[in-house]
Amino acid sequence: MRHGIVVPTLAVLVFLGAWEAAVRLMRIPPYLLPAPTLIARTLVDNFGSLMGSWWFTVRITFAALGLAVAGGVLLAALFALSRTAERALAPFAVVLQVTPIVAIAPLIMILTDSPLATVLACAWIVAFFPILANTLTGLRSADANLRDWFRLQRASRWQTLRHLLVPAALPSFMTGLRIAGGLSLIGEVVAEFVAGAAGRDTGLASRILEAAFRTEIPKMFAALVLVALTGVAIYLLTAALSRALLGRWHESERAG
Amino acid sequence: MPSVPAHPPLLRLSRVERVFERDRVALAGVSMEVAEGEFVSLLGPSGCGKSTVLRLASGLDRPSAGVVERPLDAIPGYVFQDAALLPWASVRRNVGLPLVLRGLGRDAIRAKVDAALQAVGLADSADAVPRELSGGMRMRVSLARALVAEPRLWLLDEPFGALDEITRFALNQTLLALCQPAGGAAASTAVFVTHSVYEAVFLSRRVLVMARPGRIVDEIAVDVPYPRGAAFRTTTRFMALCTQVSEALQRASEVSS
Repeated sequence: MRHGIVVPTLAVLVFLGAWEAAVRLMRIPPYLLPAPTLIARTLVDNFGSLMGSWWFTVRITFAALGLAVAGGVLLAALFALSRTAERALAPFAVVLQVTPIVAIAPLIMILTDSPLATVLACAWIVAFFPILANTLTGLRSADANLRDWFRLQRASRWQTLRHLLVPAALPSFMTGLRIAGGLSLIGEVVAEFVAGAAGRDTGLASRILEAAFRTEIPKMFAALVLVALTGVAIYLLTAALSRALLGRWHESERAG
Repeated sequence: MPSVPAHPPLLRLSRVERVFERDRVALAGVSMEVAEGEFVSLLGPSGCGKSTVLRLASGLDRPSAGVVERPLDAIPGYVFQDAALLPWASVRRNVGLPLVLRGLGRDAIRAKVDAALQAVGLADSADAVPRELSGGMRMRVSLARALVAEPRLWLLDEPFGALDEITRFALNQTLLALCQPAGGAAASTAVFVTHSVYEAVFLSRRVLVMARPGRIVDEIAVDVPYPRGAAFRTTTRFMALCTQVSEALQRASEVSS
């Protein structure tokens, strides 16, 4: 386990060291590329206000992810039970998925007339589809012999769902969750850019815009670092959840 | 032709036909009876409709023409070629599942599962998950899962086809102990699909030989009383019966389209 951490940590440290050295040796001005130490100092100096923005971003991201899970799973269950429902609703889901979120965001902004609602809706839209698609694939992935066996046992729909379809769908659902976790953060950031929320109650993306506008480049990087770390944290969280739920039996979690 | 069995049939197919899409004929008029307590094997070249007979007998599929009668309205013990176990559940939970679906209480399930695991020789592996077991052990779990519901009729679709010869012999023995128990306990009825002449002769009271397109072309009685031990395999009677069945299978392959 320790061994697995050493190499990537070393690589990141070497990268940061090279960055720092390059900035100092080539005398790159901080408004073009701030050194890692300067970014760190800016982060510490602005910790309070940046954390407020971070908390805003995290809250919206997880709220959107939660809603995407609820909506995606419910719709996937509906599609799995009824082909007609799938035929009727699938086009809407696909259109939402393939239209770039940057293009939809202004429309949502007009419709909701609230930056908060816009940001939440955008993050939800991008996170929703991977959950729906993967859960549906999972629900349909149950072994054909096992489905026959459940029919022979005269299992009710509910019993089949509970004992066969849901556990069989879990690995695919977790894949969907991992993708959706990252996407909901991206959706949140994009929507903040578009909605252009200003004032006290804003997220990290607004801080990046604001810092860029004032050419406070180190601060921009500091906010960027927080966004990236948040993305990594979401990824690690979903990966850990996946391992905890599937560890014992699913192949994809047993390679290591 | 051997005489009609004395017991009433647990399964009767009368001129059953099954035609799939694009006029692919799986069964072209199959009539057969399986008496209570009988062990009958279906043997034949690939694609002769052996598995289709089992699916029709279980009610998983319906005939295109003809009648399938199963006077006993009970759930058959169905065993697939792959063990078809829940990969995320322990051996104990897999074996207990038929009883959970029937709504039995936890203590009753535990006792029955323990007995079933004991009967197939898996008492020590109750907490393993399927991927930790060998192919033969997984098939034992599948047998235990059928056994736990005490089926009157077993339907087995090439259950040991993917196993090596030695494991297969051991499982043949286990299966006979379950279906044709020694010491006067009631035998349960079984229909067994196989590619193996030896397996068919060792297990069955009757071997039905099928040809393409799905029909029964021969029937060979194995008039050797149960219980049959491993010693049966080395008798001249066993060899003679295997020769007889092999010849019938050869003829069936020649007339198959």
